[in-house]
Amino acid sequence: MAVRVQEADFDVGAELERLTTGNKRIGGLAVFVGLVREMHVREGYHRDRVDALTLEHYPGMTEQALEAIEAEAKQRWPLEATLIVHRHGRMEAGDRIVLVAVGSPHREAAFEACEFLVDWLKTKAPFWKLEETPAGEKWVGAHADDDQAAARWEKK
Amino acid sequence: MKVRYFAWMKRTVGVAEEEVAPPADVTTVGELVVWLRQKSGGHAEALAEGAAFGAAIDKRTATFDAQLAGAHEVAFFPPFTGG
Repeated sequence: MAVRVQEADFDVGAELERLTTGNKRIGGLAVFVGLVREMHVREGYHRDRVDALTLEHYPGMTEQALEAIEAEAKQRWPLEATLIVHRHGRMEAGDRIVLVAVGSPHREAAFEACEFLVDWLKTKAPFWKLEETPAGEKWVGAHADDDQAAARWEKK
Repeated sequence: MKVRYFAWMKRTVGVAEEEVAPPADVTTVGELVVWLRQKSGGHAEALAEGAAFGAAIDKRTATFDAQLAGAHEVAFFPPFTGG
């Protein structure tokens, strides 16, 4: 179980190797890697080309928020291993931003918990994207569909 | 106490953080927002009524009715857009 916030890129293969080595109870490993997209294609928002972005965060609060989300996932699913690596700072199109990996004895739990972690970290961890477009810098606004994705995991 | 601003709110206010000493009748996050608005035009704009922003007390998400007693650091920020 680990959370890291760092400026440097990460090596997906090496991270997964480290996460699973020595744990033979893991039967399925679900992995999500978020990348900087070159184009914004969401209808209804803006369609400027995004060349790069800078991800600002709130040191101290970010780690606590990610650990809380990870703990929540552990409570809901039988997990053997979890890893969240989130970058901050300037990244260019095609660069990796975030890695979420979840190992469980069974694939259903791994898939579900991985999706849960990605949905919640988008709306509950203090990160803000500043995009560089040909028209200048632009702070990214929150997306209603991200809120809806996060909300479906709320317990009623 | 220290007040911090993030993302576009930092640009609008003009500083990333500042030390403030609100009067004793400012006891909640919401009351602090109202008090901070009168510091400058940038404060008033960033912390405007109806603007979409959240708050944290000592690095934990806080609602606007949360008590400030004992707080060292209060932060204001726009909705999160990570991932």
